[in-house]
Amino acid sequence: MAQQTVTVEPSDPSGMPSSVRIRTPARIRAMRVSGRVLTYLILWLGSFVYAIPFLWMVRTSFMRLDKLFEEPPQIWPDPWIWQNYIDMWETGPFANWIVNSLILVALGMFGQTFISIFVAYGFARTQFPGRNQLFVLILATLMLPGHVTIVPKFIMFRTVGLLDSLWPVALPDLWGQAFYIFILRQFFLTLPVELDEAAEIDGANLLQVLFRVVIPLSKPAIATVAVFNFINKWNEFFEPFVFIQTPEKLTLAVGIRWFRTQYGTEFQMLMAASIVSVAPIVIVFFFAQKQFVRGIALTGIKS
Amino acid sequence: MTATDMASAPAPARRRRGILGWTWKETQGFLFILPWLFGFIVFIAGPFFFSFFLSFTQWRLVGDIKWLGFENYAQLLSGEDTRFVQSVYNTAYYVVFHVPGVLIISFIVAGLLNRKVKGIAIYRTCFYLPSITTGVATAVLWYWVLQPNGLLNNFLDIFLGPLDIQAPNWLGSTTWAMPGLIIMSFWSVGTTMIIYLAGLQGIPQHLYEAAEIDGAGWWGKVRHVTIPMMTPQIFLTMVLAVIGSFQVFTAALIITEGGPADATLFLLLYLYWNGFRFFKMGYASAIAWILFFVILFLTIVQFLTARRWVYYEGERAS
Repeated sequence: MAQQTVTVEPSDPSGMPSSVRIRTPARIRAMRVSGRVLTYLILWLGSFVYAIPFLWMVRTSFMRLDKLFEEPPQIWPDPWIWQNYIDMWETGPFANWIVNSLILVALGMFGQTFISIFVAYGFARTQFPGRNQLFVLILATLMLPGHVTIVPKFIMFRTVGLLDSLWPVALPDLWGQAFYIFILRQFFLTLPVELDEAAEIDGANLLQVLFRVVIPLSKPAIATVAVFNFINKWNEFFEPFVFIQTPEKLTLAVGIRWFRTQYGTEFQMLMAASIVSVAPIVIVFFFAQKQFVRGIALTGIKS
Repeated sequence: MTATDMASAPAPARRRRGILGWTWKETQGFLFILPWLFGFIVFIAGPFFFSFFLSFTQWRLVGDIKWLGFENYAQLLSGEDTRFVQSVYNTAYYVVFHVPGVLIISFIVAGLLNRKVKGIAIYRTCFYLPSITTGVATAVLWYWVLQPNGLLNNFLDIFLGPLDIQAPNWLGSTTWAMPGLIIMSFWSVGTTMIIYLAGLQGIPQHLYEAAEIDGAGWWGKVRHVTIPMMTPQIFLTMVLAVIGSFQVFTAALIITEGGPADATLFLLLYLYWNGFRFFKMGYASAIAWILFFVILFLTIVQFLTARRWVYYEGERAS
């Protein structure tokens, strides 16, 4: 690289003095080296700053309450205790919360990822009057913030007597999700139509084409959507928080909020509870890093 | 959609079945989309229009719905409701610092990660993981970090201690509560960073080489190649960050409950208070619609100004 720069310099219209030209390679090399050192230095420092709240959370969850506010603070918990996790588990209905969250995740993944595949396929591969107008409508709902509909939904579910259960959160999710439909449709459009046509000539109907041709070829896109779906449902807060009151019926995310209002100063238990809620996310992240990076890149590029 | 609309659309040669006169293939296509259409009508469009209606009424869940006309809006927009004014101010304060902060931090981190560093997966994980962490867990964690003797102040004391300055009581002070929440928000830059990283990897190398030939240094390349080529990503993330920061809820609810003295009362929190604590359904709906229009307005303004500064490679050819 450095050499290339030097060889082209003579043709540079600004005309550098020859003394500079001779000194350049060494200087550039020195600059590159110091640049790399600086890059790593900032990256290490930055990663440390971003990781330390997590480490602090883990540390606190293994500490005894009376050691939390010691000056200077303990870096390593002494004594290291597991008791906080046991206390936490016995203080709040965590088992209920985890089961509720898992139910919502399962229903959400069926209703959002799975149903969205059908809807996206309809938009990508079939023709019917009004199809394009409906697709514009889907894009429009992407712009609609959820808070606009929360009050009427509350009234609606109150009228039919479904408040304070998982239903108000689960029911609206069973019909496909605009953003996932959009991502999947864009992906389906990149698959060659000839494959569909070949299958159709062999006598396959639309459903068979979907299951035997389109879905097998779209596994990466579907996996990406499924991973995001999982994370979003697991983390969902606003709707379950508004619709559910009874502590035993909460999801884990809302349950931790309840825990916070009840035991606001017992940080060692709060941190243990937070770790329980974050653990599945971290696990999914490590197994599906590729999906995350690709998914976000997809979102970024589609603009 | 009526049968007459349909009759004009399909070609006469097509085989027809069903009540709408659609072919079997068209009917099938419609059936694929039907689940979404049902959900849309019942859980999005219906509530959407109902919410608009409610915003002109007074209703506390019991008794009759009372028509008010523009009274809710008048009360909100005239500044009569000082808590609403406070929540608008707080939200604007947050947007003004959060959006540029997140964009700049993400840009720097993405730029560093793009320099073919070793062990990129480790750094990427460190920077990205906070953004997918459960919002509640993040909030609870920062509630602990921002305590008077929490992690942040333990760190600040290293520098402030010798100067004999006391680190702020972040969550207990009307001055510092909002900066505390903004600092916390800088922890979640991961999504923006990965969008930037994807964008940076798409910049053709020959542009940098051309800039080098023209004598551009490090800063010259950033200013004349990287930033112009990244404007589509910067624009996208800016729009998303503005929309997102108008909807701050979880952090404020869990960490400060809007306090102290309404210093962190965000718009969405105030909407929640009105709707689900005071059960003022009409008033809460009016707040929702004002919030909706503000977001819509800012998004449109950003799209209009985008023509001046966003560079799309596809357009160059035309």
